[in-house]
Amino acid sequence: MSATAATNERAEEKHPLAAYLRVDRLPHIWCAGCGLGIVLGAFLRGMLESGLSPDKVAVVSGIGCTGRAAGYIKLDTFHTTHGRAIPFATGLKLANPELKVVVFSGDGDLAAIGGNHLIHAGRRNIDMTVLCVNNFTYGMTGGQFGPTTPSTARSTTSPAGNEEYPFNMPALAAASGAVYVARWTTAQVRQMERSITEALLKKGLSFVEVISPCPTYYGRMNQQPTGLDQMRYYRSNSVVRHGADPNEVGIGISGQIVTGKFIDVERPYLPRPKDESNDG
Amino acid sequence: MSGDEACAEGAISAGCRFFAGYPITPATEIAERMSDRLPEVGGTYIQMEDELASMAAILGASWGGVKAMTATSGPGFSLMMENIGLGVMLETPCVVVNVQRAGPSTGLPTMVGQGDMMQARWGSHGCYGIIAVCPSSPQEVYGLTIKAFNLSERFRLPVLVMTDGAVGHMYEKVVIPPVSKIHTVPRRRPDVPPGEYWPYEPDADLVPPMANTGEGYRFHVTGLTHDERGYPAMNAEAQDKLIRRLVEKVEQHHHEIIELEEDGIDGAEVVVCAYGITARVSMIAVERARREGIRVAMLRLVTVWPFPEERVREIAGQARAFVVPEINYGQVSLEVERCVGGMSRTLLVPHMGGTVHDPETILEAIRQAAK
Repeated sequence: MSATAATNERAEEKHPLAAYLRVDRLPHIWCAGCGLGIVLGAFLRGMLESGLSPDKVAVVSGIGCTGRAAGYIKLDTFHTTHGRAIPFATGLKLANPELKVVVFSGDGDLAAIGGNHLIHAGRRNIDMTVLCVNNFTYGMTGGQFGPTTPSTARSTTSPAGNEEYPFNMPALAAASGAVYVARWTTAQVRQMERSITEALLKKGLSFVEVISPCPTYYGRMNQQPTGLDQMRYYRSNSVVRHGADPNEVGIGISGQIVTGKFIDVERPYLPRPKDESNDG
Repeated sequence: MSGDEACAEGAISAGCRFFAGYPITPATEIAERMSDRLPEVGGTYIQMEDELASMAAILGASWGGVKAMTATSGPGFSLMMENIGLGVMLETPCVVVNVQRAGPSTGLPTMVGQGDMMQARWGSHGCYGIIAVCPSSPQEVYGLTIKAFNLSERFRLPVLVMTDGAVGHMYEKVVIPPVSKIHTVPRRRPDVPPGEYWPYEPDADLVPPMANTGEGYRFHVTGLTHDERGYPAMNAEAQDKLIRRLVEKVEQHHHEIIELEEDGIDGAEVVVCAYGITARVSMIAVERARREGIRVAMLRLVTVWPFPEERVREIAGQARAFVVPEINYGQVSLEVERCVGGMSRTLLVPHMGGTVHDPETILEAIRQAAK
C-alpha cells in the first residue's frame, strides 16, 4: 500500500478532528519531522475547548510552510499574500466584529516581510489571535536565514553562520502592545493547547509563539538532523517561566528556551465594543 | 465640493461601509471625508500603516461581507499592486481610487499626472482582466465611484477609479440624488447550502457567487492557482482554466462595462481621444478647431479598461487620424494605435505632468492630423 493510500485510509477512520480538517486535501505537503501538524492539532483542540462557534472562527495565513495551514483547516480560511495576513485579518475583523479571527503563519511571514503589520496590530490591540510558528528559517524556499535565525546558525544563505541578530518575538509582540504573549515548543502540546484556548478568549491582540522543528533545513544544517533530535532538544532545554520578562527570553543557537505565559494584561482594543465602555 | 470629496460621497451612496487608507497627496481628502462620514452610517474607517496594509485590509473587509474602498496616489498605488493581484485571484469586490499625480517615484506630489494608466492595466504580476474608469469632473467622480462599486460586485474584482490631481482638487457643484434614485448592485449570493458550495464554481456568465465569512460555508480561498473548490491546483491545466476565466469574465462583458462619450463622430476626419481632465482640456481645442472648419470629433473614454477596442476600430475605418493627448509620454495612445491597426494615423500629444495641456498644443496636433 502506498503512503498516500495509507494516509487516506486513516483519515476515513474518523479522526476526532476530521470535521475541522479538509480531509480531501490530505496528505499535506509538510516534511516528515515538521512540527506543523502538532501545532495544527493543538490549534483545533484549543479552538474546540474555547467553546467558540467554529462557524464564527476564520483563519488567515500568509505564505510559507505555515501559510499552508489555512488550506487544511475546515473553517472559513484564507491563504493570502506574503506578510499580509495581519492587515487582511484586520479588515475582516473590523468589517465583521462577531468573527474570531486567527492569523496562523510563520516567523518569516510575520517578523520579516510582515513585521511592520505585526507591530501595528499590537499598537492598535486588534482583537485577534496571532499564532506564530517559529522554525528559525525560511523552509518553503529551501532553508535561508531569516529574522528569527539565531546568530551563528548555518543556513543556505549563511553558509559560514548567521552574522545577524534575531528578533525575540515575545519581546517584540509585548513591546508593540499585545495583551497576551506566550511561547511554547512543539514538545509542550498540552500547554500550547491551553494557551491557544486562552488566547482565543482574550480580548485584544493575543500572540502565541510556537517553537517548531524544521529538520529538513534548520535542524540538518545545525546538528539536529531529525525531527526527533529537535524534539529531544526542546524537551531537555525548555524551561517554563510564567510571567518572565519578555526581554529576557531571547533564543540562541544553543542553551535554554524559556517558555510560558509572559504577558496577560487588559488594554482597550479594536474594534471598540458597541455597548460597553472599553477603558481597559 | 471637490472631486475627492465627491468620491467619498459616491462611495457612501454606493453602500461602502469600510475604508482603509494611508495619507497621500492628492488623495488625502477622500480619507478625511470617509473618516467623518463612515461613523455616521455605521461604517468603519481605519488608517493603516501603509498602502500594502490598506489594500489587504479592504480585501479582508470585503470577505467580511462589507463594501470596501481605499484611495491613494502613485507611490501608494505601486504598493497596492501586490494585493490588487490577490483581489483579482480571490475574486474580491472592492474599489481602489488613484488620484494620479506626476511620477515616477515621489515625482510632483501635489500636481496632476496621468502616468499610471498602464500600471492600472498591468501593474500586478501575471495575466488578468481589470476594470478602470476615468472621471473628468467632481460630478462624474461621484457617479463613477458608484458605478465602480456596482461593477466590482457584478464581476467580483477590484475596480479602479483612475482620477487625477486636477479633478481631485477641483471644486464644482455636485448633485447628489435621493437614495431612491441611486442604483446599487448587491453581492451575488450562493443559492446552495453550506457543504455544497464551491467558492469558484462560476455561473454561466463566468462569475461565481460569493459567500461571506461567518455564514457557515467554511470555504477556503487562496492566492495560489486553484480549482472550483478553491483548493490549490499546481498544474498547467488548472492555470489555463482559471486565468482564461479571470480574463474572459471581463472581456466577454465589455458591452455591459464600457462607457464612452462621443461628439461629432459621424463625418469627422479627425478624432480626439482623451480621458479624465485631459478630455476637458481637449474640448477647448476641439471647439477652436471646428471654428477653423476642421471636422473634428471627441471620443471621451469614461472606461479605459477594458479598452473600447471595437468602437475605436469602427471609427478608424472612417476617420483619417486619432489625436491622443495624455499627461504621460504615451500610454493609452499605444492602445489606440494598436486598435486602429494602420487604418488611420495616431498622433500622441504627450505632456509630462505638473499642469494640464495647453489647449494650443492639442489644437496644433488637430491641425497636423487634418492635413
